[in-house]
Amino acid sequence: MINIFIKSIFIDNMIFAFFIGMCSYLAVSKTVKTSIGLGVAVIFVQIITVPVNYLLLEYVMKPGALSWLGSSFNGVDLSFLSFMVYIATIAAMTQLVEMIIEKFSPSLYNSLGIFLPLIAVNCAILAGSLFMEQREYKNIGEVFAWGLGSGTGWMLAIVSLAAIREKLKYSKIPAPLRGIGITFIVTGLMGLAFMSFLGITL
Amino acid sequence: MSIFSSKNFKLLTEPLNLQNPVTVQILGICSALAVTVKLKNAIVMGLSVLVVTAISNYVISLLRNYIPSRIRIIVQLVVVATMVILVDQILRAFVYDVSKQLSVYVGLIITNCIIMGRLEAFAMGNKPWPSFIDGVGNGAGYAMILIVVAFIRELFGSGTVLGIHIIPQSFYEAGYVNNGMMIMPTMALVLVGCIIWIQRSFNKELIEKD
Repeated sequence: MINIFIKSIFIDNMIFAFFIGMCSYLAVSKTVKTSIGLGVAVIFVQIITVPVNYLLLEYVMKPGALSWLGSSFNGVDLSFLSFMVYIATIAAMTQLVEMIIEKFSPSLYNSLGIFLPLIAVNCAILAGSLFMEQREYKNIGEVFAWGLGSGTGWMLAIVSLAAIREKLKYSKIPAPLRGIGITFIVTGLMGLAFMSFLGITL
Repeated sequence: MSIFSSKNFKLLTEPLNLQNPVTVQILGICSALAVTVKLKNAIVMGLSVLVVTAISNYVISLLRNYIPSRIRIIVQLVVVATMVILVDQILRAFVYDVSKQLSVYVGLIITNCIIMGRLEAFAMGNKPWPSFIDGVGNGAGYAMILIVVAFIRELFGSGTVLGIHIIPQSFYEAGYVNNGMMIMPTMALVLVGCIIWIQRSFNKELIEKD
């Protein structure tokens, strides 16, 4: 489990290895403060939706998964529905999480509030579930570790990019490259740095 | 209404340059970068996105007066997810090897911001036919960037275009080596950065102000 956790933060980093969650990564990384907020929100939603989707996959959608309803359901295969079920879970969960936080912790809601609806369409969350299906993790513990690790890796990436961008404001960049152009190149260079983790075998 | 009035024509051509979804609106980056190692994958991915954007734009535009605004995101996601499931099944049936290489990125078309962005910004407020054209235009703008990046990466990274060797054997004998950097995912980011640079130095109005 620890292997999966470390691996999903550094080696299989969502941003640098798979370019997932790029849109909000580029859009929200202007200051460190907001990027921490979004990062925490992503981790939060990730550790809820990935295990829930895993349970749905295991007990509802896999070929023969419905056999607990009786032997006549043995042949049912609903796996073609997985995209739709995942995205519905994610949309419902973000809504639910938003309501729960609003009710119990207004201060946390105020700091995360605007980011939660954005997360429903963040590819990192959906990709968490899709990779979970593709890699065939064995039990819920491993799935939880993957969800936590991938969220943490994403947060690490966005916070470090935001820190670099805050410093970049003071540097002299050719005018056409200013703003988004240089951000792309910086991300590319950060990705190169992260590739040095590739040699680690766990 | 004529099929291609000048306004509709503009909807089709603007996303190719001045309103390009990838380099100007910065939408749909995730998949744009990950599938560009081989030109063939990029073409398939570009076409899939084009089809999904165009048709879901059309469908949402037909439904736009019946969708309660509070649940519109879920309705949009369901329409898009249906289209993506169709595309995914078609890819699996006809180009299985490409579909295997695209792996999760086909599923990620659902959350591709280009699609959601166009649905929100255009299809919810316009008639079906212009929405369809807008979808085609944005899909094409996306596909164009994908194809340019994939062409450069495949040519320099593996010396091939669409799997056919382009760089002649004599070059390798003279000491030419394929650039392994190009195959790595990070080079895609740097290439897109350079495309943005070139595009903005031709279109000065796109330059960001501090």
